[in-house]
This record gives sequence, structure tokens and C-alpha cells, in this order.
Amino acid sequence: MTQVIENESKTSSPAKTRSRQALAGALEFAIRLAALGVVFGAFALLVPGGKFVTASNIENLLMQSAVYAMCGLGMTMIIITGGIDLSAGSAIALSMVVTSMILNGGVDGTGAQLQAHPFLVTVLAVLGGIAIGALVGLVQGSLITGLRLVPFIVTLGGFTTVRGLAKKIAADQEINPPPNWLFEHLMNPVQGRTFNWELFAPGVWLTIAMAIFAAAMLRYTKFGRRVYAIGSNESTARLCGVPIHRTKILVYTIAGLFTGLAGVMEFSKLNIGQPTGAMSYELYVIAACVIGGTSLSGGVGKISGTMIGALIIGTLYAGAQQAGWAKEDQEIVIGIIIVAAVALDQLRDRSRRKS
Amino acid sequence: MAESEGSSAGVPLLTMRGVHKRFGPTIALKSVDLTLFGGEVLALIGENGAGKSTLMKVLSGAHTADSGAMAFDGKAYAPGNPLAARKAGVAMIYQELSIAPHLSVMENILLGVEPGAGPMVSWPQMRARALQALREVGRSDINPAARAGGLSIAEQQLVEIARSVALGCRVLVLDEPTSSLTRRDIENLFSMLRRLRAQGLGIVYISHFLEEVRAISDRFTVLRDGSSVGEGKTADVSDEDIIRLMVGRNVEDLYPRTDHHPGEVVLNVDKVAGESKPVSASLQLRRGEVLGIAGLIGAGRTELLRTIFGLDQIKSGQLSVFAYHGPAAPGQRWDQGVGMVSEDRKSEGLALQMSIADNITLSNPHGLGPMGLVFPSRQDAASRPWIGKLSIKCASPRQSVGDLSGGNQQKVAIARLLHHNADVLLLDEPTRGVDIGAKAQIYQLINELAVGDPASGRKPCAILVVSSYLPELLGICDRIAVMSRGLLGASRPVNEWNAHTLMVEAVGQETQLTETRA
Repeated sequence: MTQVIENESKTSSPAKTRSRQALAGALEFAIRLAALGVVFGAFALLVPGGKFVTASNIENLLMQSAVYAMCGLGMTMIIITGGIDLSAGSAIALSMVVTSMILNGGVDGTGAQLQAHPFLVTVLAVLGGIAIGALVGLVQGSLITGLRLVPFIVTLGGFTTVRGLAKKIAADQEINPPPNWLFEHLMNPVQGRTFNWELFAPGVWLTIAMAIFAAAMLRYTKFGRRVYAIGSNESTARLCGVPIHRTKILVYTIAGLFTGLAGVMEFSKLNIGQPTGAMSYELYVIAACVIGGTSLSGGVGKISGTMIGALIIGTLYAGAQQAGWAKEDQEIVIGIIIVAAVALDQLRDRSRRKS
Repeated sequence: MAESEGSSAGVPLLTMRGVHKRFGPTIALKSVDLTLFGGEVLALIGENGAGKSTLMKVLSGAHTADSGAMAFDGKAYAPGNPLAARKAGVAMIYQELSIAPHLSVMENILLGVEPGAGPMVSWPQMRARALQALREVGRSDINPAARAGGLSIAEQQLVEIARSVALGCRVLVLDEPTSSLTRRDIENLFSMLRRLRAQGLGIVYISHFLEEVRAISDRFTVLRDGSSVGEGKTADVSDEDIIRLMVGRNVEDLYPRTDHHPGEVVLNVDKVAGESKPVSASLQLRRGEVLGIAGLIGAGRTELLRTIFGLDQIKSGQLSVFAYHGPAAPGQRWDQGVGMVSEDRKSEGLALQMSIADNITLSNPHGLGPMGLVFPSRQDAASRPWIGKLSIKCASPRQSVGDLSGGNQQKVAIARLLHHNADVLLLDEPTRGVDIGAKAQIYQLINELAVGDPASGRKPCAILVVSSYLPELLGICDRIAVMSRGLLGASRPVNEWNAHTLMVEAVGQETQLTETRA
């Protein structure tokens, strides 16, 4: 055969380009990390008496961020496909309600037979919270693909429907289940007056582990790469045989799992099942993704970016409280910072493309 | 060797017999016969609207034929969708490239068939297989890890072809593949196609351009009004024969000419520079003349028009239209009597979802209703004369522009200027993607506008035309100036130019032709 191999010698070193790309990625990450440092530093100065830079405060801040981050894992995937999930906050509340109801044996504790089996009830409470989140994702994903509706509309419907469901099954009450060993520890600070080598609450570690898992899934599985392909150019992906519907439904379902887990963590923070809890969390989570460099038009996004984004949002939230700002001032400032952060990011992106 | 066993004479790789397709009342394909052998390039030639795209969509599974038979490799072939066609071995490369811009080259090549065990992706295997495919198309210098969106159009096209090769496709269909390529890219594309042909692939090459058909194809099939009207060996026929088959008549007076009588200067551009381009441009445009601007893609011709029209910032220099001096926003330019037709009618020139009447009356809503109201009935009434005059083929003025063919869309874009009664017309690639019949009508119209119409009191217009198609500029312009690297040269009467001298000036000091078809 006359197999031509003429261009072999011209081959530009792929290894060099690869390392250059890795370097660009690292720089990207470093810049986001620096932004986090700036926000943190600002509050370190603003909060009097150096109270912001204590181990216990940092742990607190991490716990606040962990809920956004956990939910952000799924949100990142959804946004990479070019979608959005506005129902995340409502789904967190529903998950909290379901978890607390299983622990409590219903709204009023009448079905408390299970309480005789502390281990079983704990496992069921966790699984129930996760499963309800996944179910919400599955239903929404199926509606989006099956009825060909845009994700914005379906999850906007989900936003009110799921919130309503949470209130309805909780009979519009807060559910106050008996103490449970797991939920007392999952999001309980480990840092007290003296430094503790466990570093963070178990929930924070769980978030870190899940983040590594999600990042690996996006990078090293066919599913993960197809998530990017769909967001980058859906018709190309379809032409190349990527199962668009199945992949999207899976994305929303997996995102639902993470949202459900975020609900379990949120419940564990309060140990009260609040059907009105986690209000506007979806907006914080979307903000975390976008600050982390995920593009709302799809095809672009990284778990590491979302993690930093969640930390920035968590720091703003905790910092503004501790600096003693009025609630309304917090809202105004956080809103401005979100828009400014994304504007800066795009500006940087544009100037880099030009050069 | 592969080429001897696969080429001509033997068993056809792909056949279409009596293929018929209608959309509602419209018959898109009447009766099409097509034969493709392995190891050859078959040119599919026809005007826009002749049914080429429908035919290719039937072949690639995007549409199903109503009747007729297709066979691929001796077996009946009827793909239900593009994916099924690809899997069977028939791949289509559309003009609009199908690339996931955020993914790497290797992921684009192996999208949907990523190597790896179970759910996992094997990056080393992915790289190796992508490199193999790139090697087969002769471009192993492209880095498989590079972001596909960062590649040039030509390279993206190549990645798409490599994708088909990696999948083992045996029939490759290319739809107008050179429409946005430079001369050098075209050469590279052709040498790759020859290489694939030598490997026994059957290639269908769709094009308007007879020069390209001559350069690359072994045989041709001509399509007219949904029927195949002729086929043969490319070397055996003359261009005139092919054109006659395409249009069903002789095209003698493609470029009509009546005497133009240039009047007063209406547009004066003096050493104008934009943000990056133009670097410096000076010209004077008179009422009743057609001034053409030739040059390579990227020379800054479009930017010059945009700067004149106020779409791009003017950095330095003087600009005056009639008695108005200095820069102005597009809205003010319209008021001054300047109208522009964009080169990109799909994303800029027209509002595709809106109706013909909306598009024609968009810039000039006067007389459509009292107190700034817009009555649809009056829009329709105002549009009808233009639809008639420009013979825009449509069901009604309410039909959305997106439903029209390219030629008719372009006529709507021009009708807007006429409805506006603009005196200075800036036309950027006015016949791009327009079939020969509509081209002739547009040339005729440009000529009439430059002459004016004393009967209806319409004064002659001043017309500035940017085009990459040199025969067209030489055919319709009174004067031509050449733009090269942002610099606009002096204009000269059209009879002092020919395609060669235009090209020499366009490439400037560069010795090598790197650009557009001449």
C-alpha cells in the first residue's frame, strides 16, 4: 500500500501543547483562587478583632459553602450541557423534608415504629433524601427531552411545584425529628477552642470526595465527554451517534442525586426539616458555577472552578454576616459582586482570545 | 492497488434510480438518477434550488424519498436518519461545519465512538486513533489535543472529514466545501480528496464553480428543477455545455450594460481608517455609477463598508455623504439616504423569522400608519410593488423570509433599500450563495438603479459593490479599486482591468496567490 507518511517529520510536539494547555488550566485555577483570597482577605480586614481568621470560623464558612458546592456538582454538569436547573433550592427543601420525615416517622411522629432500628432509619433517611432529589431530576430530565421543552421552563415549573410538594407533605410545618447520631455529626463543627486534626466536619470531607468523583467522571468517562459534546454542539453530537436524550436524562438525574445529598447536608446543619428552607439556593449555586467559569451557553465548565465559586459565595455570605451588615446590604453587595465577577471573567477571556 | 479494482467500469458503489421527493405541494425531486463508483470524484452541479441539497439529504438520511430506489454496495439502501447513513458508510460534509468547538480535535474525530473499556474513555487510544485518521487525510501536523474551535475553517473541515474516515465511511459527500476557503486551502483539500479517491472512496462533490469541478472531478451529473438532466466525463464537455444543462438556456447577457452617466460626487471617503481595518481608504462615488471593490477575504473591504455605514468606529480621516460631514450612526446614515446590504444575510442582513413585508419596511416605516403605528395591511401594500418588480418568489408578503431560497432572500434585502429610496447603495457580496438565474436579475437591477428612471422620477443611484467574484465585478462595474491589507488602491475604469491584474494588485507585494477564486 502506498500509505503516505510525509508529514510525520512536521508533527508539532503534542506533548508541548499538552503541557501548555495544562499550564493555562493551572493559571486559570490560580486566578480564581486569588479572587477567593481577595474576598477572604477583605473580610479578614472588615471583621473586627481578627475573628474572621479563626479555625472555627473558617470551618463554618466551609460548611456553608459545602452545601452550595455539593449541589453545584450537578448544576455544573447541567450547565455544561447548555441547560439550567432553577428547581435546585426547592429540591433541597424537599430532600430536607423527606429526610426529616423518615427520621421522625411522618410529620407528627405517629409512624415511629422504625425508630426502634436506629441504623436502618438513618440509612433510609439518607437514601430517601438522595432518592427524592434524583426523582425530581429524572422527571425534569424526561420532560425536557420527551416534550422538547427548554430546561429553563421545565425547572421554573419545578421551582414552584417542588417547593409546593415540600410544603404539602410537611403539612406546611417544620419537622423536628429526635436526635440522630449521623445527622448530629455530619455537619457539626469539629473545631472548638483547640485545633482539631480532623480539620473539617465530615460533610465537608464528603463534598471533597464527591467533587473528585464528579471531576473524574467528567474527564474519564464517555458519559462525561458527551456532556461537553452536547453543550458544545448538540446537532454534531446527534450526528455522531451520541444518545442525546439518554445522556441528558442521566445528567439531570445525577444532578438530582447531588442536590438530594445537599439536602441531607442542609438538614444535618439545622436538624430541622424546613419546607421553606434553602430559599434561593439555586441562584447561589448557579452563581458559584458561573463565577467558577462555567459558561451558560454550554460546552465549558470545570468542577474545580465551581468549588472555588462555591467558596467565594460562602465567604461572602458568612463574611457579610460577621461584618455585621444589614441583611439588605448583604443582598445588594452579593448581587453586585456576582455580576462583577462574571463580567471580569469574560473581559479576561476576550482579551486572551484577541492576543 | 486499490484504485484499479475500485475505479469506474466496475460495479457502482452507490446508485439512485428515479428518486422522487415532494414537500406538500412543492416537488423538490422529480426523477433523479445518480451513479457513483468507488475511487472517483463525481461532481453534482446545479443552480441553487435545483434540488442538490434535497438529493443529498435523501442520500444522507435526513429526508426519506417518496419513491425510487437507492443501492449501496449492491444492497438496497434506505437510511432512516443521518446516523444510520453514517453507520452504513455514507458521510456528508455540509457547508455549515459540524464541529463541537469546545472539545479537542481527537474528541471531535471520535465523538460517539470514543475508545475505552466499558464506560471509561482511554485517552491514549483516543490520541492514537485520531492521529491515524489525521494521517489518512494527510494532516498529521494537526495536534489532536488542540481545541477544535481554535482551528481555521479549513482545518475544522478536515477534522470533520477525518471523523468520517475514522468511522470507515466509503462515500463522502461534500456540499460546496470551498465556499469559505482560501486558494491554498482549496489546493490542500483537493490533494486530500485525490488521496481518498486513491484509497477507493466514492466522493460526491457539490459545487457552483465550474473551475473547481474541472480541477477535481472525474465525472459529473447535472441537476435542474429536481431532475438529473445530464451526466458524463468532465473532460469530455465544455463549460458552455454544462452551463446550458444547468440553466436550460444560454446565458449570454448575464451582465447587462447600458451607458451610465456619472453625476455629482455623493460619497467622499478621504484617508479613512477604522479600528484595525481599513488602514487607509480614499474614494469618491458619484451618482449614476457602479464602483467595485476587489480584494482578498480579510483585506478589509467589508470593514470599509461597515465604517462608511457607521457600524464600525472611524478612527481617523474624513467621511462625507452628500452635505453631511463626519461619522454617523447607521440610523442617521439611513436618514441621509445611504442603504447597506450585508454580506451575511442570515445573521445580519435579514430578520429571518419575520415576514417579507416586515423586512422590506423595517428601515422606513413612513406611511405605514398614523402616529408611528404600523398597520400590516399597509406594510403588505407597500411591499407588493417590490415583490413584483424584483420577482421575489413567495406565497404572500406575510411569508417569513427564512422560508425563501437564498436568491429570493437577497432580493428582499435589496428591496429594503429600494423601499427606503436610498441614493447611495453599499452592497457587500450581493450575489453570494445565489443561483445564476437570480444573479442575472440582480445584475440587471443594479444596472437599472445606476441608470435611474426619469419616468417615475427616480434619480440614478450611486452604488458601491464589494465582491470576491471577479467576473461579476468586471461585468457590472464602471470603475474598480482593489483593497489589499487594509489599503484601498486608486480606482480605475473597468476596461483597464482584467482578472489577472486585479489579482496581482489584491495580493500586493506577496508573490504567492493565497486567496479567493479568480
